[in-house]
Amino acid sequence: MTEHTVRSFSQDLEELSADLARMGGLAEDMLSDALQAIASRDLALADSVVARDPQIDSLQVEIEKKILRLLALRQPLARDLRQTISALKIATELERIGDLGKSIAKRVKLVEGIGPAGALKGVARMGRLVTAQLKRVLDAYTAQETDAANKVWIRDEEVDEHYQSLFREVVTYMIEDPRTISACAHLLFVAKNLERIGDHCTNIAEEIHFLVTGEQIPVERPKVDALSSK
Amino acid sequence: MPARDISVWSVVTICLKRMTRRLSSQWIGHKEGIAGMDPMAPPQARTSAMNSSGPASAKVRARSVNVFYGDKQALFDVSLDMPEQSVTALIGPSGCGKSTFLRCINRMNDNILSCRVTGAIEIDGQDINDRTIDPVLLRAQVGMVFQKANPFPKSIFENVAYGVRLHGLARSREELKEMVEASLRKAGLWDEVKDRLGVSGASLSGGQQQRLVIARAIAVNPDIILMDEPCSALDPIATAKIEELIDELRANYCIVIVTHSMAQAARVSQQTAFFHLGRLIETGPTEAIFTNPKDSRTQDYITGRFG
Repeated sequence: MTEHTVRSFSQDLEELSADLARMGGLAEDMLSDALQAIASRDLALADSVVARDPQIDSLQVEIEKKILRLLALRQPLARDLRQTISALKIATELERIGDLGKSIAKRVKLVEGIGPAGALKGVARMGRLVTAQLKRVLDAYTAQETDAANKVWIRDEEVDEHYQSLFREVVTYMIEDPRTISACAHLLFVAKNLERIGDHCTNIAEEIHFLVTGEQIPVERPKVDALSSK
Repeated sequence: MPARDISVWSVVTICLKRMTRRLSSQWIGHKEGIAGMDPMAPPQARTSAMNSSGPASAKVRARSVNVFYGDKQALFDVSLDMPEQSVTALIGPSGCGKSTFLRCINRMNDNILSCRVTGAIEIDGQDINDRTIDPVLLRAQVGMVFQKANPFPKSIFENVAYGVRLHGLARSREELKEMVEASLRKAGLWDEVKDRLGVSGASLSGGQQQRLVIARAIAVNPDIILMDEPCSALDPIATAKIEELIDELRANYCIVIVTHSMAQAARVSQQTAFFHLGRLIETGPTEAIFTNPKDSRTQDYITGRFG
């Protein structure tokens, strides 16, 4: 797209995209480090993830301030308006992803006592999928690629399926050995957090679609409901 | 702006023409046997009332309108519907043809010798360029407000009463007074001027003058009001008053407004049409144009990307 006649307007919008990219990078690192910490029971790494959360929070506050200023001083319209509003919403999604990453990291010391051959493998698999979803959706945002965003949106079904099979698997471990119930419960929370991160990724994908096309993603995504299936 | 000067002069000429035709038009009205209808409505409005085709239809319908100034084509194949009880905003960079198009709707371009208009502009289904249409009566049905308020060098009362007298719309002095008051009230000016109706219209502030000429336009019972950048010379408070007035008038009129302020188009209009280089690029509900325009040129213009 061509530059604004008032160049500082373009600069403001570019700055906003750069801030979001930075926030996305932070969220991505927090998530992968949290998963690494779970897999290798690395408490120091887990602590560093928890310590990074304030960074992402303050970045969100900063982005919100910039957006408020942009709306008041520039009165963006059309795609500029959509870009501004979607940035506001994506920043909120990324902040939530950061929180969920922190929550996963906090559970590292609570999931001890589960054989790595068991449920941890399932969590790691699901973690890789969700990390890839987050990476893809952030790339789609940077490239403003609605097709790539739509793919992320559709692939969330896979995340949900993973969550359900993991749920069943972990419940089986609990039944087999009641001593693992406490740790397994925490692992279920980890799985749930990953599932939620997947949802936030689809929300970001929806924002990208709206930003690029000006319309909502039209069809209801096929949803596998954990509560309704046996 | 020479074009604008011409248009101001044309108002003066119209007034002179109206004076000469006043008697004859009244007489024709009686001869055609429509005297029994609402005497308040100008003859043109009566004709259009008979032709109206349902409330949802477009009040003004432009079809393939081309305008030439000598050899130079200013407007290319413009087709646009302007609905009743609604504000249509015409936006676009300077020289894009939006004012030219606006002036086609009450045949203001007739006054420019080198100007030629082709295509059809219909009001309630009737072509306004038809030979039987009297442009003077047309301009009573289609009122116009300009960028610079142009009150007559007369008292506030006379400014509004002028057109009413010209078209013989009032039967008595009392009725004339009532109509002047009603028009000033509709234009939101009554409370500010009721104690000084005798002072010159030119003594009012810019915003008040603009509302005075709106009162003058609505005094002759138009169906359509054209506005050519009515707020560009006004401060934000006067602008807000005019915008509020436009919103109130919308209930009774079809309003078409040319504006350079995107924010104003967004605030006052229900439909927005974007012109560029003499062509109508895109038209649609105002909300859609400002959040999700389909054409990249519209997008570039409203986001401030035209160099």
